[in-house]
Amino acid sequence: MENSIDLLNALVLISNYVLIPSLSYGSQLAIGAVGVTLVFGILRFANFAHGELMGFGCTATIFFTWWFQSMGISHSFFPTALFAMPFAVLLTILLVLAIDRSVFRFYRLNKSRPVIFVVASVGVMFMLNGLVRMLIGTDEIIFRDGQKFLIKAGQFKKMTGLNEGLALKQTQVLTVVLAVVAVFLLFWFLQRTRTGKAMRAYSDNEDLALLSGISTERVVMVTWIIAASLATIAGVLYGLDKSFKPIVYFHLLLPIFASAIVGGIGQPIGAILGGYIVAFSEIITTYAFKKFITYLVPANFAPEGLGQLLSTEYKFAVSFLILVLVLLVRPTGIFRGRVL
Amino acid sequence: MNFLIGENLTGGYGGADIIRNCNVSVGTGEIAVVVGPNGAGKSTAMKALLGMLSLRKGRVLLDGNDITGMSPQERVSHGMAFVPQNQNVFVTLTVEENLEMGAYLRRDDITETMNQVFELFPVLKEKRGQLAGELSGGQRQQVAVGRALMTRPSVLMLDEPTAGVSPVVMDELFERIIEVKRTGVAILMVEQNARQALNIADRGFVLVTGENRFTDTGEALLANEEVRKSFLGG
Repeated sequence: MENSIDLLNALVLISNYVLIPSLSYGSQLAIGAVGVTLVFGILRFANFAHGELMGFGCTATIFFTWWFQSMGISHSFFPTALFAMPFAVLLTILLVLAIDRSVFRFYRLNKSRPVIFVVASVGVMFMLNGLVRMLIGTDEIIFRDGQKFLIKAGQFKKMTGLNEGLALKQTQVLTVVLAVVAVFLLFWFLQRTRTGKAMRAYSDNEDLALLSGISTERVVMVTWIIAASLATIAGVLYGLDKSFKPIVYFHLLLPIFASAIVGGIGQPIGAILGGYIVAFSEIITTYAFKKFITYLVPANFAPEGLGQLLSTEYKFAVSFLILVLVLLVRPTGIFRGRVL
Repeated sequence: MNFLIGENLTGGYGGADIIRNCNVSVGTGEIAVVVGPNGAGKSTAMKALLGMLSLRKGRVLLDGNDITGMSPQERVSHGMAFVPQNQNVFVTLTVEENLEMGAYLRRDDITETMNQVFELFPVLKEKRGQLAGELSGGQRQQVAVGRALMTRPSVLMLDEPTAGVSPVVMDELFERIIEVKRTGVAILMVEQNARQALNIADRGFVLVTGENRFTDTGEALLANEEVRKSFLGG
């Protein structure tokens, strides 16, 4: 009896600190990485501005949220940001299309090499970076309202009588649900619609797509619209779940690229899998397993150290390590994408 | 009546001219074949007709209209279809999706055309849900030709359709191409397998170093002693 209670405690502990956070962080990375991978598949360059695009989408959402709140629009259960997000998505789409017109289109018409696009996207990244800071400043902003927890740790303990509590934040559930919906819609679009198929055809074989009458500009436009929508959703979910800080979106670029590359760049399904791989690796390697192990082994075997592989400050090293390993061992990634 | 005409085509990929004063033409319901040794400019001549090459001299006429200034995409929308030699299918799309993409420009119902393609290549109907990248070489060529036919083209251009397929598959593919011709499509193809190709050709063009050497009916070229000795291996 004692043993099975300990086992349950250990399971709750690991769910609370590893499983649930990884699922929600992984979903955020996955939506971000799908955007990167789509742009890579169609426009054939690694878009370094994608992280900042997430930041811009979140900034726009915060402004709409504040505006709605000032008009008294909010919900007792859902965060206001959820209703503000569609408007922010539209704004981000407009911004991205304007950037494509004024920056990337020029290089596309000149048939520039991919590396030139990459450098141009770094420029766009810095520009967006500055724009976000000018608009909203550099401070941390918490814009979450509505009900914070679906299950509180204390409640859970009382309900189950276990030592360990399980907290489930609304944003975590929201993240996973929105990610599933977004991914489902994306795949339905890519697999079932004429434009989606044309995008896949263009990504597969550009010359043959042109010979079939598929128009580059149209495919590119649809790609940007999808990328901007996904970037906003990912940016908002991350900001809601934690908090909004402009610099964070710059940092997120590394795990997002790692996710896209692990899964095979150019492959949406790979980017999703990659997102979860990176999130789980990051959280597992930086989690202190001492308590977890103590529950499972006889008392005299309990570890003395923290049972932590890496200190949390090094979490970005995990993405970096994954990135390097994949590029060395299997540069095409799990689902055989392109080689960067 | 010539439907597609390339007149005095001269040009290359930036440097020296690869084709010089090259004349190629094909009529409706005819098969025209361009043959010649490696490096003779056969594929280049075809690309010139399609607008994938900047011409220094010469012009291209389609159904009496000068289309020299048109982009390849515009030519496709005007009824020209092209099957490249390599990478001529979307490998990550299913057979059916490949055909749908061929008909991308069409806004009307494409089921009838697709059924015609399935009738022409029954194996494609069987494998319609399979990825084109998983098919054999011969089946891929059928997908490639099928994709091109989906626009209901008036001219079908094939760049070495039998490259890399077995002789049996080659014969079958040629038979299918004859069937397409009977539906009133003008067919122009570049071929390495010169003898077999000239056998089904209504007219043939022998190119050497970018210039026309012989132009005649397929039959006459096969009977020509000089052509046989130099280009058909005796």
